[in-house]
This record gives sequence, C-alpha cells and structure tokens, in this order.
Amino acid sequence: MANLKNKNLISISDYNKEEYLEILRIAEEFEKNPKQEILKDKVVASIFFEPSTRTRLSFESAASMLGAKVIGFSNPASTSQSKGESLHDTIKMLSSYSDIIVMRHSIEGAARYAAEVSSVPLINAGDGANQHPTQCMLDLYSILKTQGTLENLNITMVGDLKYGRTVHSLVQAMCNFNATFHFVSPNELKMPSSVKMYIKEANLNYHQYTDLNEVIPFSDIIYMTRIQRERFSDPLEYEKVKDSYILDAAMLKGCKNTMRILHPLPRVNEIAADVDKTTNAYYFQQARNGVYVRQALMAAILGVK
Amino acid sequence: MTTENKKELIVSAIENGTVIDHIPVNTVLMVLNILGLNDYEDEVLIGINLDSKKYSKKGIIKVRNKYFEQHDLNKIALVAPNATLIVIKNYEVVEKKSVEIPDKIEKILKCINPNCITNKEAIDSKFIVKEKDPLKIQCHYCEKTMTNIRFAE
Repeated sequence: MANLKNKNLISISDYNKEEYLEILRIAEEFEKNPKQEILKDKVVASIFFEPSTRTRLSFESAASMLGAKVIGFSNPASTSQSKGESLHDTIKMLSSYSDIIVMRHSIEGAARYAAEVSSVPLINAGDGANQHPTQCMLDLYSILKTQGTLENLNITMVGDLKYGRTVHSLVQAMCNFNATFHFVSPNELKMPSSVKMYIKEANLNYHQYTDLNEVIPFSDIIYMTRIQRERFSDPLEYEKVKDSYILDAAMLKGCKNTMRILHPLPRVNEIAADVDKTTNAYYFQQARNGVYVRQALMAAILGVK
Repeated sequence: MTTENKKELIVSAIENGTVIDHIPVNTVLMVLNILGLNDYEDEVLIGINLDSKKYSKKGIIKVRNKYFEQHDLNKIALVAPNATLIVIKNYEVVEKKSVEIPDKIEKILKCINPNCITNKEAIDSKFIVKEKDPLKIQCHYCEKTMTNIRFAE
C-alpha cells in the first residue's frame, strides 16, 4: 500500500499509479461515510492568492467534514502580500500555524516553491496555467466510478485542448491506464505536441478530429471543455468554430449506454441544457466527487488514512 | 602526443592552469562571461577563429593558475558542448576532460516564462534536462519546457 504521509501534491506527475489508486480507494471510503472527525486536532491552512470559489469551498468543506479547523484567506488584498511580503515569508509563517497547506496562486511554479519553503506538506490547488492536480484526481475518480475501471478506455477530449491544463494533466494520468485518446478541437486549439509526445512515449495511441459527431459512438468518456474567445487572435476564426463543439442530447443517439460526459465546470454553452437530463451527464456528480478526493488527499497526507 | 596537442601546448605556454579548447567561435565571449573570467586578475589568453580539424574554426581560452570545478564545466557545456578542458601543471598536460550537459542545471539559466515564480521572487532557477541534443529543458518550478535558453544576469 502506498504511503502518502507528508507527500506534497504539486503536480500530477508527483504521484505514481499506485498512489493514484490509493487516493481513489480512500475517496471511495469517504463517499460512503463523508463525515468522520479524523482531523479534529488538525489545522488546514487554505490560502487562495487568487479567487477560486469552487475549489476553495470544495477543500474547505472536505476539511470541515473531517473535523479540521480551517484558517486562511480567499482574498489576497487582505493579506500581508498586498503590503509587499514575499511568498517565501508568508509560507514560512503559515507553516508554523498549520498541519497542511492548500494553496492557490496565479503564478506558475509558486506551489513547488512554497512546498520547498514550507515545513508542513502542501497541496497545490492551482498555480496559474501550470497544474491543478486535485482536479485531475477527481477526474480519475469520476472515470473510475462511472466505468468501473480506469484501464483500456476510449477517452475523448473536446474543445480547447491547447490551453486547457485539466486535459493535459488528465492525459498524463491516464497514460498509466492504457487509454486510447481522441482529441476533438478546432485547428487553432489542438493538443500541444509535448502532450502528444508523452502519449507516444507511453506507447499509446491518440487520434485527432475536428468533427465531434465522429467520436461519440465509441467513446467511454467525453471530457468537454470551454472554448474561450480570448484564445483566438482572429475573432472571425472564433465565430467560425464557436458553435461546432456544442454537445446536445440529439447528438448522443448511438452513444454507448455507459458513456459519461465530464466537464471541469463552469460551462458556458458547450453542453446544452437538454443533456443534463440524460443518463450520460455526470458533470455535477463529478464536482461533488472533488470533496471526497480532497478528503482522501488531506487524510492520506496527514497520515490518518 | 599528437601534433594538435603539441600546438596547443606551444600556444598556451602556461606553467599552470587550464586550456578550454574546441569552443564554438561564436560563444567564446559567453564562456568567458559564464566562468566569470572578465574579472579574473591573472592572465587569460583568448583565441578566436583558430583552425580546427574537427570543426574547421574554433575558439580557445587559456587561463593561468586556475582549475575549474565540475559545476563550472557544466556551465560551459551549455554553450560549448564539445569543449575540452586541458589541465596543465608544470607545462604538462595532466588531464583532459570532455564536458557533458548535466541532468539538472541550477542558477545559471533564466526561465523564459515571465509568469514563473523564479521571475517574480528572488529564487535560484532550476531546470531538468529532458533532451541533450538538441537541448530541451524543463523549469523545475513552472514546468514549462523550452528549447531556447537564456542565461541569468
């Protein structure tokens, strides 16, 4: 059994397959019994240098359900960083007040650096455009829950595959489980070559498409992402493709019964409201799974599970 | 001893010190900067556009009374991957070392990502070498992969 005590989670590549599976196993326990006072003598520092209400509340409710005290801030303007304190000093101070730090920061690499400075373990809740490993963990958990396995699946990813950090991390993690990847995106937002190279190095296969309809019949998971206007240098290009990657209920005819649709949320219009009522929609449960996975991470890293 | 070696010894003509040979012509001045030889108080001899059997033209630097540590060698490897270090004691070549790009590079490079923590706080940079030829490195902090390198000032 993997021992995760005091192991930081900064990047999805910090953990191996055995460690992912251990977290998912513990998350399943918490899903069955989410309220356990096993962290009642622990202090969780939840420090959000940039706003992210969804992630922060997910972490804080996970900590509260385990009986931990939560300290921290969600508005950097109220911290001494606004007075010019360095991240180094803020972390030094906070790590003497808490047993574990959950940190969100707008600067890439801030989490890795903070973990080096901190005397207590640190979970990265997002560092700029770099990593958001707990999102990836909850995606893995959602795939496991809906498919009964993580092995040998057809994973389809749709939308902004160029800039979307969640899809990059998920590819990296799913390379441990013999996945076949299907990437559907406009040409401007294709999966970066570094990610495709990673798949090749793992001796796995990927396929690229521009038409979403092509992949629906054989996908086990369809992971939708939002296409953002600001990603396009030419607004006309955006207008051309903006509606091409909208999934609606009619398109789901002929899909596998077991296929499930995931989305990191918030969605804008890329999944039509009529999909919500189908058995294939899973994105709201996916968000709820985040609480169990974060409970599992905090409990495992604090050495109580 | 080969003819080339003899020639190097004659050209260097230092009793004790280091000859850095086979530097690409266009990076000789960078090698000087990286090794901090601009401020070195003893004798430094620089040769540029010397004939080379291997590379047609090469650069050479001879530093009197100085021997380099491994981390200095690593710094040179980034801009002069085929450089040879010749250690000279009492006018004799006592050791020849070839340089190799290390698996990790610390301090001397700057991350090209302007939003990387290393460009925001006073932190020494760290890079993991993913590929050596052509060079591909990844920032230890922001995880950005890059093929262009920039030296820290």
